[in-house]
Amino acid sequence: MDKLFDFSDYDLLIPLVQNSLIAGLLLGIMGGLIGVFVMTRDMSFAVHGISELSFAGAALALLAGLNVALGATFGSIVAAIIIAIMGSRAKDRNSIIAVLMPFGLGIGILALALYEGRAANKFGLLTGQIIAVDDPQVYWLIAVAIIVVIFLLLIWRPLNFSSLDAEVALARGVPTRTLGIVFMLLLALSVAASVQIVGALLVMTLLVTPAAAALRLTSSPLLVPLLSVIFAVTSVVGGILLALGGGLPISPYVTTVSFLIYLMARIVEKFRPQKVG
Amino acid sequence: MSSPENTALLEIKNASVTLGSKTVWKDLDLCVAEGEFIAVIGANGSGKTVLLKTILGQLSLTEGSIELSGKPVSVGSRKIGYIPQHRQLDEGVPLRAKDLLRMGLDGHRFGLPIPSPKTTARVNQMLLQVGAEEIANSPIGKLSGGQLQRIRVAQAVIDKPKLLLADEPLSALDLKQQSLVAELINQQRVANNSAVLFVTHDVNPVLEYIDRVLYLANGQFRIGTPDEVLRSDVLSKLYGRSVDVVRNQGRIAVLGSTDHSHHHDEEWL
Repeated sequence: MDKLFDFSDYDLLIPLVQNSLIAGLLLGIMGGLIGVFVMTRDMSFAVHGISELSFAGAALALLAGLNVALGATFGSIVAAIIIAIMGSRAKDRNSIIAVLMPFGLGIGILALALYEGRAANKFGLLTGQIIAVDDPQVYWLIAVAIIVVIFLLLIWRPLNFSSLDAEVALARGVPTRTLGIVFMLLLALSVAASVQIVGALLVMTLLVTPAAAALRLTSSPLLVPLLSVIFAVTSVVGGILLALGGGLPISPYVTTVSFLIYLMARIVEKFRPQKVG
Repeated sequence: MSSPENTALLEIKNASVTLGSKTVWKDLDLCVAEGEFIAVIGANGSGKTVLLKTILGQLSLTEGSIELSGKPVSVGSRKIGYIPQHRQLDEGVPLRAKDLLRMGLDGHRFGLPIPSPKTTARVNQMLLQVGAEEIANSPIGKLSGGQLQRIRVAQAVIDKPKLLLADEPLSALDLKQQSLVAELINQQRVANNSAVLFVTHDVNPVLEYIDRVLYLANGQFRIGTPDEVLRSDVLSKLYGRSVDVVRNQGRIAVLGSTDHSHHHDEEWL
């Protein structure tokens, strides 16, 4: 138990992870917002598929001695473009993702097996990093999160229209196809950034769970993203703070907080007959 | 501006659509006046939805032209409102009736998604107009078919379009809801003086409102008042085989009009 939670020297540790906390906050905002569209566009499985190719890209970069963040981004963008172009129908999409996913994981595992560097680097790509994220990586995460959030807010209305009411949106001249591709690119960036913190296998804890919990509680198009962001930020920042002393990866802490929030949302929903407007 | 030609809102001239090797319809001429209510009828695959898509600018004509208020049609015209077929939406969708309605007004706009007081006022006014105040805050997945189509009509007219395109808006509704929604569409047509192209399998719910019928079959068409078009001799000629139009207590049915490869031999109108 001492290894799981260790709050001694907490006041000394906090300043050391200040960067990680800022990155976590921004990742939470980004994940909470884009998660709403992951849910309404039924893209949970796509998130999983993109993250495995992101992992492959990162592992190849690690093996080749290139920038891992760049490799992760490259892998997820390739996956997102393939899914966007070949999978406009939900059925096609799922089969394409199911085909891509094991291929990506396989490539990644091969690259890691050939890699002869530090073992922690390997494991981190799949299951998340130990707390201290280094400076250049943090700046990169911050930049990605800011770009995704700004773009998402600017296309929010038409993207929402085309996600929820595609037929009428198209009739009203909303460029639904272009928006779909832009969304996939933003999703790819979000996945690549989240992989850095929670690892490829656990990305959904940031990009799916918070929005899914929010949707249990309200149908308001304003409250859903707001709650989703609050849940995601609580999960990431809370997870980092809980993990601080133990020297373990933060991902189990983040996923547990995120899961407990979802559980509570379902319980609240059950005991309250009417959704808040 | 007062010459009669200027009251023509939609002008379809010499229009043909060929998809692959199939001619959907050809040499279609249709002039729709402001405020006119036209029912578009025909069996599945006769090209009713294709017609709507060409007017919306989503599909190009193989030949001919379509003009709206004297200009070629283009994608995303603010002058056109669209009412889709009823489809049940998921319960988990983050959308209430008033949010669906609002998308008809500002859903296409880029920029920060901050609702303006002006659009909110218009949404509330529209909810009142279609008698949907009580369901304004209901999640969209919890609405009945009739309630949802009521909101759909409001969503289509909230931007005051000159032309309303309706693609089977009454299908999957019970008879009472069919007549209520048809009445609402007509009421909005009168209020905004907008023309309506109403695609339907069943002409009866709108029979009392329509000015003309466009009947599509076999790549050909007939246009005229219901009494001119919905007749045994006219439709038999159009289909190229014997068709019976039966009138009973103000309702019209067309018997034996679809080909035998379909499940139903009888197309009821």
